[in-house]
Amino acid sequence: MTTTVDAPTAAPGAGAAGPRRPVPLGNIVWFELVKQFSAWRVRLLILLCWLGPGLLVFGIGQQATLPSDTLFGRWMHTTGWAGSLVVLGWAGTWALPLVTSVVAGDVFASEDRLGTWRHVLVAVRSHRRIFAAKAVASVTVIALLVAGLVVSGVVGGLLAEGNQPLIGLGGQQLSGSEAGNAVLLAWLCVLAPTLALAAIGLLGSVALGRSPMGLLLPMLAALGMQVAQMLPLPVAVRLALPGYAFISWNGLFAAPQQLGPLLIGVAVSLLWAVVATALAYLLFLRRDFTNLNNDGAGRRMLTMGVLPLAGLLAATAGVVALTTDSSGSGITQAKVQRSVAAVFAQLYPYQQMEIHQPAVTAAQLQTTAVCSKNEGLGAQAGPGNDWRCTVNWIVPGTGVPTQAVYQLNVTANGRYSADGDGPVQVNGYFVIIANGKATPNPLWQFDGNVDLLPGR
Amino acid sequence: MDTTIAVRGHGITKVFGDVVALDHVDLNVAQGQIHGLVGPNGAGKTTLLGLMLGLAAADTGELEILGTPVGRGLPAPDGVSGFVDGPGLYPTLTARQNLATLLTLQPEGAPVGDVGEALAQVGLTGAADQKVRGFSLGMRQRLGLAAALLTRPRLLVLDEPSNGLDPVGKKHVHGVLRRLAAEGTTVVLSSHRMDDLEALCSEVTILSAGRVVFSGPVRKLSDDDRELDYRLRATDPSAARALAVETPGVGVVEGSDAALPDTDVIVVRARVAALDELVGRIVRADIAVRELAPVVSPLESAFLSLTEQAVLTEQSDKSEQESGR
Repeated sequence: MTTTVDAPTAAPGAGAAGPRRPVPLGNIVWFELVKQFSAWRVRLLILLCWLGPGLLVFGIGQQATLPSDTLFGRWMHTTGWAGSLVVLGWAGTWALPLVTSVVAGDVFASEDRLGTWRHVLVAVRSHRRIFAAKAVASVTVIALLVAGLVVSGVVGGLLAEGNQPLIGLGGQQLSGSEAGNAVLLAWLCVLAPTLALAAIGLLGSVALGRSPMGLLLPMLAALGMQVAQMLPLPVAVRLALPGYAFISWNGLFAAPQQLGPLLIGVAVSLLWAVVATALAYLLFLRRDFTNLNNDGAGRRMLTMGVLPLAGLLAATAGVVALTTDSSGSGITQAKVQRSVAAVFAQLYPYQQMEIHQPAVTAAQLQTTAVCSKNEGLGAQAGPGNDWRCTVNWIVPGTGVPTQAVYQLNVTANGRYSADGDGPVQVNGYFVIIANGKATPNPLWQFDGNVDLLPGR
Repeated sequence: MDTTIAVRGHGITKVFGDVVALDHVDLNVAQGQIHGLVGPNGAGKTTLLGLMLGLAAADTGELEILGTPVGRGLPAPDGVSGFVDGPGLYPTLTARQNLATLLTLQPEGAPVGDVGEALAQVGLTGAADQKVRGFSLGMRQRLGLAAALLTRPRLLVLDEPSNGLDPVGKKHVHGVLRRLAAEGTTVVLSSHRMDDLEALCSEVTILSAGRVVFSGPVRKLSDDDRELDYRLRATDPSAARALAVETPGVGVVEGSDAALPDTDVIVVRARVAALDELVGRIVRADIAVRELAPVVSPLESAFLSLTEQAVLTEQSDKSEQESGR
């Protein structure tokens, strides 16, 4: 039975409320920020990011042992800028993926978890504005956290060791101001992959709903890229990964600066940020909010998330390969020899100065290096810890040719550490007292970076 | 009463995959009316409320809210507020902060209320600065209502607003809703509690399996003369039972849950006229009637009858369709 009563007559348009006026975007962003800052995990992150690095760097500065396996770690007793770079390296591996996971990876999922989607939608009534506000709020919070890492690391380092010159990856000395500029530029560069991870977080948060996988996606993506960077992948694929700029900032400290991989890495990261955000936006617009039991988890994730990004990776790798003419690992015998000789030629005068010997210049040394991999057997290219280099130079004033031997561990991303293998008085372990602190012989162990792109 | 229509729906259909949530639903709600939506689980109440709030668009049909068409690409107009599936609140914020942040989401120039006043209206002044994390279900419901009131709505859409409320809280909320309606705000609410609807609503719409099986004044529903079960307690239960058996149109319901375990109570099934005759006979036999009350309210009975009938009709339709294939 269906019974209805007669409808009262209404004059057309009588009492019409008129179209909905939009809520200003700034108000929605403020609403999102209030929610973000009310969460204990975000407050904890703010505390950790603004205090942690400074305390860590200052604390290490007070220790006798330095983290020499970390890039620039061996220079932490020499200059305050090294501490900030150690923080940067560590942030690219752990802190920034974690920050993007907690902030961007949860910004949509938290509404699913709390069951507040309908509340927001009824209040705002514009999916576009909600998405824009959440994205802007996430980036704002992430920027605040990154700023904390930068400021804390720099202040902690400068308080511990002061504004002293920094030894770069080319063995060159960067004055305090040069080092400071390069450090800030390096942090600026890693914002690009951070944005890429944040966009991946947004995508995961939209696509996977309250599933914890959404929250973990930036961390997993970052971990996956770190594993990929350890594999013997072709250079083009390595550079096409959105996390490469977490590594390629090293090029700012090389001599000459290796800007090609850095610029490519930044561009790729920004491209990923744009594409992943656009995919998240499309997924969000298509989501059905009428059924709370369906949070969209997994829906269209494959077709609108994984496949387009895999396509982007393939396309970017192809473009990089074609435009840079790069192939293979990018690590060749000639590049390694050139790099080791150049770094040694820069560090030798520094060592002489530190041990109060007559000043020499790099040009006077006429340094060359002969390197072989696996004792000359097999291909003389690629990463590995089986590189051995003999450095030859002329002792200034005497004209005597001299040699020193190094064992090299070259990683797949082009970074290497050289370990002195004699003679002891040149590259053996001994301590130099500089600025009242004991530091190891700079020629004993040093770091360098091979440019993976051709022709360098 | 102003006869302006606040909600006008015609032929509204909404399908989720294979499930027809709403099937050609017609609905008219006059301004200033408290209108109840009732139906068994899955009847389509929440979907219909969601359409009114602009959370989704109907697949077919027309929906007009406060004189403005609502649908795909046409959001609900200003002046509509409420919640479905419980109020959306942020547990890490206090009650006051929840409302204050909500105020920031109002369009420029939109009429808004005062946070303190809204909290006072729902009796949460004392808990204003407590985090919502520690609120009971009833407190959350009341805060959700305060959030809706804050936007000074002309149409208030509430899904199960009495859910989790204690008697005092319920009385409070009912008072607020009645006052709003008296001031001209239209209230559309759903509830499983027939007594709530009876106490609050001037009109109800009963949904079953996505279809409207009744829409009209509550009194019309409860006035329908249908057979009901009544609990009867008399000074001489045996004699009363014998009289019930003898009275035309009256049957004794054996083993009813309403009677057990109280052996002094019998349950009889009758229309009102037959029941009157039975009461006359009992009184004439010098037996005192100590209690006579419907086991379920007339409204609930009508609801059960209508919805069961709709389910049976649907099953019958399906069987016919299958046999015709």
